[in-house]
Amino acid sequence: MDIKELLIECFGTLTVNKMRTGLAVLGIVIGIGSVIALISLGQGSQKMIENQIQALGSNLLTVSPGGQQSGAVRGAQGGGTTLTLDDAKAIQTSSTITTVKSVSPEFSRRAQVVAGKNNTNTQLIGVYPAYAEIKKLTLSSGSFISVRDVETMNKVAVIGPQVATDLFGEGISPIGKMIRTSGQSLKVIGVTNSKGGSGFMNQDDMIFVPLSTAQKQLFGVSHVSSISIEAKSQDAMTEAQNQVGYLLLARHKFNDPTQADFSIMSQNDIMNTASQVTGTFTTLLGGIAAISLLVGGIGIMNIMLVTVTERTREIGLRKALGAKQKTIILQFLFEAIILTILGGIIGMFLGIGISLVLSNMMSIPFTISPSAIALAMGVSSVIGVLFGWYPAQKAAKLQPIEALRYE
Amino acid sequence: MIQIKDVSKLYKTEMIETIALSHVSFEIKKGEFVAIMGPSGSGKSTLMHILGALDQVTSGEYILDGEKVSKLSDDALADIRNRKIGFIFQAFNLLPRTTAIKNVMLPMVYAGIPENERIEKAKKYLTLVGLADRMYHTSNQLSGGQQQRVAIARGLVMNPAILLADEPTGNIASAQAAEVMELFQKINEEGHTIVMITHEPDIAEYTGRIITIKDGKLVGDKINKKQKKIEVKL
Repeated sequence: MDIKELLIECFGTLTVNKMRTGLAVLGIVIGIGSVIALISLGQGSQKMIENQIQALGSNLLTVSPGGQQSGAVRGAQGGGTTLTLDDAKAIQTSSTITTVKSVSPEFSRRAQVVAGKNNTNTQLIGVYPAYAEIKKLTLSSGSFISVRDVETMNKVAVIGPQVATDLFGEGISPIGKMIRTSGQSLKVIGVTNSKGGSGFMNQDDMIFVPLSTAQKQLFGVSHVSSISIEAKSQDAMTEAQNQVGYLLLARHKFNDPTQADFSIMSQNDIMNTASQVTGTFTTLLGGIAAISLLVGGIGIMNIMLVTVTERTREIGLRKALGAKQKTIILQFLFEAIILTILGGIIGMFLGIGISLVLSNMMSIPFTISPSAIALAMGVSSVIGVLFGWYPAQKAAKLQPIEALRYE
Repeated sequence: MIQIKDVSKLYKTEMIETIALSHVSFEIKKGEFVAIMGPSGSGKSTLMHILGALDQVTSGEYILDGEKVSKLSDDALADIRNRKIGFIFQAFNLLPRTTAIKNVMLPMVYAGIPENERIEKAKKYLTLVGLADRMYHTSNQLSGGQQQRVAIARGLVMNPAILLADEPTGNIASAQAAEVMELFQKINEEGHTIVMITHEPDIAEYTGRIITIKDGKLVGDKINKKQKKIEVKL
């Protein structure tokens, strides 16, 4: 009896028992489907976060103040007041800095903003004109903060499209209108283009004002909350990071870099951290899905074992008519493998379908990872062999007389 | 054709040892139609299993068509069953929800006979048993008598040395039972050797020789001179 005959025989038995076949396949379909769907959703969100970070600007270094040092106790990162406008100016003008293209000192804080009867709570950022260039910000109408605005501490603001909608409603130009915050009236001079995205650092929901206005008139501070630096090229990133680091260490009078009251993060650092987080997330999702795959496999074994019992007489008959042990083993094994492969293929399409629908709903990029599909298919065939083997062995070892007598 | 020489069969469980057959010897020649009779527990089923190469003897020798069947491996026994023995069971044992022709083709699948030859032979034997118009009916669409005739076609299709029938009429109505026996006689007249296990004397009357077993021993072996013949109207 050759393999082709055996396969025909297996397909025959499987089509004769449609219900049983369907149930067994369902288990694997759900297992494989969820592995593929969850992994591709995980990778999709990973990609979305990477895109968002990329959208913040490339070749970007961010200097943040370290926590304030008092004795041996170190405060939280980013919470300090140790960075100043002078630090930014020094980076811009120092002769030791050769790899930096532009520098943007920023001060940001959340604030309540009112316009007429509407109000919103949003991120207010004091900036230099360089900000728009570094963060790839473009305007849909009006103009951005100018050098003159910063020098003369003008009470002007550029608002994001989200803020424009929140404060003035859809389709009404906010240019020339006034907004109030922290006891001051600011005149809207520009609206930025939407950059899309949501969640962390959503640039559509921000208000930009001259740095001097933010520091002196709105919040009464003299430090900056971060300095964004654009390096001249991707290759110059490390060099720029080092040059800025040494300059600031000297300015802040630290000898030991580990004691520094600031930190410099590159775009890559941020990206790597975020990727690590989402990568862990993807692994976790994959783990959960793997469990359902295992459950599906056990389901197949279950069905195959029940099948052996249910078909005891049939096995006895086949042996009486001349089926050898090997033939019976192969028949049951092939049935299990056909079930898992069938389930695997249906599950693959189901998984792709689910992730397509969900990534549309969650507006994350749709990615299908070939490795996830390969893994799921590989695992399902292994499950087919593994969980098919035991019932097949059991069936082959049945004594024909006992099997024939079985009621 | 069939030689049973001093065959004994013991069943051992943890507590007791049962003697199912004790020093049984007989011969069956080619073309005979033999009934093996005996009350339940007499050992006739054990004898049938040994004749059918489904079970091994404890001592003695079984020679079928020139081949020593005792002390063979499982797979070698499967091969003997496939080529030399046609089985007919009390419960028919057809594959459920499967067509008559596929059931008849099954032994040929295991023998590795090519598909076109399988179909041709299956059709030939289904016609022989009078089911030419029922070939593509599934087993559950057939009556008991028809199912048993499918089983007979399946038993004959490999042209075995013996056709071994275990209570072939036990599960079917008496009118149909007579038809099945007529069919056996017809097949026998064509030269097939048939061994039939039964406990019903009037069924045994259709055969040409009756072997009687009691308590695992051979107690009778006589030629049935007044073999019941019915006009074959198939």
